[in-house]
Amino acid sequence: MSAPLIEMRGISKSFGAVKANEAVDLSVAPGEILGLLGENGAGKTTLMNVLFGAYAPDAGEILIQGQPVRINSSADALAAGIGMVHQHFHLAPRLSVLENLLIGIPGKSGRIDRAGGLARLAEIGREHGLTLDPGLPVSALSVGEQQRLEIVKALFRGARLLILDEPTAVLAPTEVDGLFAALRSMAAQGLGIIFISHKLNEVRALTHRCVVLRHGRVAGRVDTPASTTSSEMARLMCGHEIVPPARGPSTPGAAVLTLQGVSTSHHSGMALRDVSLAVRAGEILGIAGVSGNGQRALAEVISGVLAPDTGRMTIAGKAVTRFSPREVQALGLGRIPEDRMTTGLVTNLPLADSMVLPRIGTEAFSRKGLLKPDAIRAFAEEQIKAYDIRCPGPMTRAGALSGGNLQKALLARELAFDPKVLIVSQPTRGLDIGAARFIHEKFLDMRAKGCGIIVIGEDLEELLMLCDRIAVMYEGRLAGTLDSADATVARLGLLMTGAGQAGEAA
Amino acid sequence: MSALFEQIFQVGFLAAIIRIATPLAFATLGEMFSERAGVLNLGIEGIMLLSAMTGFTATSLSGSLWLGVLVAVLTGMLMGALHALFTVALGLSQHVCGIGVTLFSSGLAYFLYRLIFGQQSVPPSIKGFQTLPIPVLSDIPVLGPAVFNQFSLVYMAIIAIPLAAFVLYRTPWGLSVRMVGENPRAADSAGVGVIATRFQAVILGGALMGLAGAFLSMAQFNAFTFGVVSGRGWVAIALVVFGRWDPWRSAGAALLFAFVDALQLRMQASGLGHIPYEAFLMLPFIFTIVAMAVMSRNAVAPSALLKPFRREER
Repeated sequence: MSAPLIEMRGISKSFGAVKANEAVDLSVAPGEILGLLGENGAGKTTLMNVLFGAYAPDAGEILIQGQPVRINSSADALAAGIGMVHQHFHLAPRLSVLENLLIGIPGKSGRIDRAGGLARLAEIGREHGLTLDPGLPVSALSVGEQQRLEIVKALFRGARLLILDEPTAVLAPTEVDGLFAALRSMAAQGLGIIFISHKLNEVRALTHRCVVLRHGRVAGRVDTPASTTSSEMARLMCGHEIVPPARGPSTPGAAVLTLQGVSTSHHSGMALRDVSLAVRAGEILGIAGVSGNGQRALAEVISGVLAPDTGRMTIAGKAVTRFSPREVQALGLGRIPEDRMTTGLVTNLPLADSMVLPRIGTEAFSRKGLLKPDAIRAFAEEQIKAYDIRCPGPMTRAGALSGGNLQKALLARELAFDPKVLIVSQPTRGLDIGAARFIHEKFLDMRAKGCGIIVIGEDLEELLMLCDRIAVMYEGRLAGTLDSADATVARLGLLMTGAGQAGEAA
Repeated sequence: MSALFEQIFQVGFLAAIIRIATPLAFATLGEMFSERAGVLNLGIEGIMLLSAMTGFTATSLSGSLWLGVLVAVLTGMLMGALHALFTVALGLSQHVCGIGVTLFSSGLAYFLYRLIFGQQSVPPSIKGFQTLPIPVLSDIPVLGPAVFNQFSLVYMAIIAIPLAAFVLYRTPWGLSVRMVGENPRAADSAGVGVIATRFQAVILGGALMGLAGAFLSMAQFNAFTFGVVSGRGWVAIALVVFGRWDPWRSAGAALLFAFVDALQLRMQASGLGHIPYEAFLMLPFIFTIVAMAVMSRNAVAPSALLKPFRREER
């Protein structure tokens, strides 16, 4: 193997008392795709931020082609040939593709060098199949195209090492194939690539070698990812065996939620077009689809936030079309929105307040228009205990909790009132294996208790494991519904791209 | 009625529109640069007033008009830097700091003016800018006397509009300004100094606001009074929205406002005497409110406007 393109030696970084990285060694050779695996909080992102110049390491050194370098800012990193595709894209939506590429690039005789930019963009497009329309505003691009733009941006700046932080989290299965093809093509040309993920199958399919981090330290190295089993890697990540929960057979009861011919308009995202579905008691219905195909509108209609233009909806046999969120809640609907921080709870208020917010007006938490602070506190304390929510106490600012703990808090808030119907969006997005496992088990418990659950998600493996049936949304419609026994990633993936129709109405 | 129209629509009327639009165009372009970089500058009203005062004073003491303009521009830049220090470097509330800058600058202007000139029964005045006809062009019928027989500051404003568009849309610095106003994190990861770019944009904006102030006290009124700005700064903030943060549209908005203002002046002077003149004075502002209500519905502000940038935040 040739000399490493980049080498990190003995990198340590602490935030206060927390050791985010401890004596981490890592190297990437030209043409190599290195997987960086680890649970949330294992220190992957911190390590990459050290490499990209966002944090200064407390100890350790970085070598580029054998030469020690100091990287103090992203500008330094770019100059050293390191490019990073962040999880949240660093793009300006209202500026064009070309303008986003040319930012920070010196102009030609005082002007932006458009011609040079166009030529280089076309060249990169030809080399790696990464084509983009330079004139379009970024807001007109799909998420996959925006990611492509981020990769092109790094190549544009002459990156020889490309870091991708959980790049597949936002992509549809077909887009993942395209991304992998481009990454392989770049590696074939001698670029080094660091691929951060916690999706084991992807790491096994793509990478040449991988490094597993746990609690900030290197927990293991895998030299042949393709021939290493997922459970072996999962054990390295978590430090113990992870057994996926088994979904037993169920005997669904009567429909607890039905939608008939529901359409909406004037939604900021994709509107719903003639959606009909039914969820029975003791059943988990998955809603698959690339995000932005009407999932948000669906969740909002069901939870009463958005009133449909046409169509009917029932909960437990009662007509609830155009009911308010409070009214549908009173009938036994629980909702966990996709965005924990903005729609889920109030980050600047104490956790306890957020946990009772949907039921703040009920007898349990207020009387004659006055809150019962003791009851609210007691409720929060009880749930914190029951769900093992890690936080200093019920009066902690909600925004200070980690994603996994926030999700547990939201789940506790809804499940405490034994919902008849539960609608959850992206239940485990951004959570690590352990936390995701906990959430999955809770869903299966609720299913056994006769709750009807709708899980809206993009992770097909997760949906296949959890759901009894899976419907696919495409452009505001249900493109088809499959029994999960018949469903495969490939069949769902096809429906998600709008190709082919299958199955009956859900 | 037709007599009224004849009285209103003549060459003098066109010239008045251009003249009234000039300080508004400077101020609007200044505010636009600041906001494009993500910084609302509510200090504009006070910055214009202080610049009008310092420019007037410098000219009054030295006798040089261009020295006065220079002092006014430097005043604007200094106050812009002060606003940037609070809002960009320290990341404080742009609303509160902007109003603070306006109050501070206005107070300072009154104080210094009294200190230098004392209380005089007849306010001091200067021999301000004189119209400078441009050879050949000023002979064009109608357009010539209206556009090409103006103060040199008017010509500067006319040049400033395409120049601002060029800088904003065609230069790497302009792209950086737009990027830090849309997504500072993106600019930062591309190696662009967010803090530096915002400082530069707010200071450039201050310079343009200074020019607006200079025009008022040194070309339009040739004296400094405490009412010399009288809300033009606030109007410029509305015109930026009306002009959708674009140099050409913003300049167009300034022209439109100037048209209504010129119109109401003529209407005051015309035979409609039975209507109190205050009613006419309200017209441009009513126009602004209506225009804002109609136009700002589809106006999209720079995404990062009002948002301070701190790198270490995750």
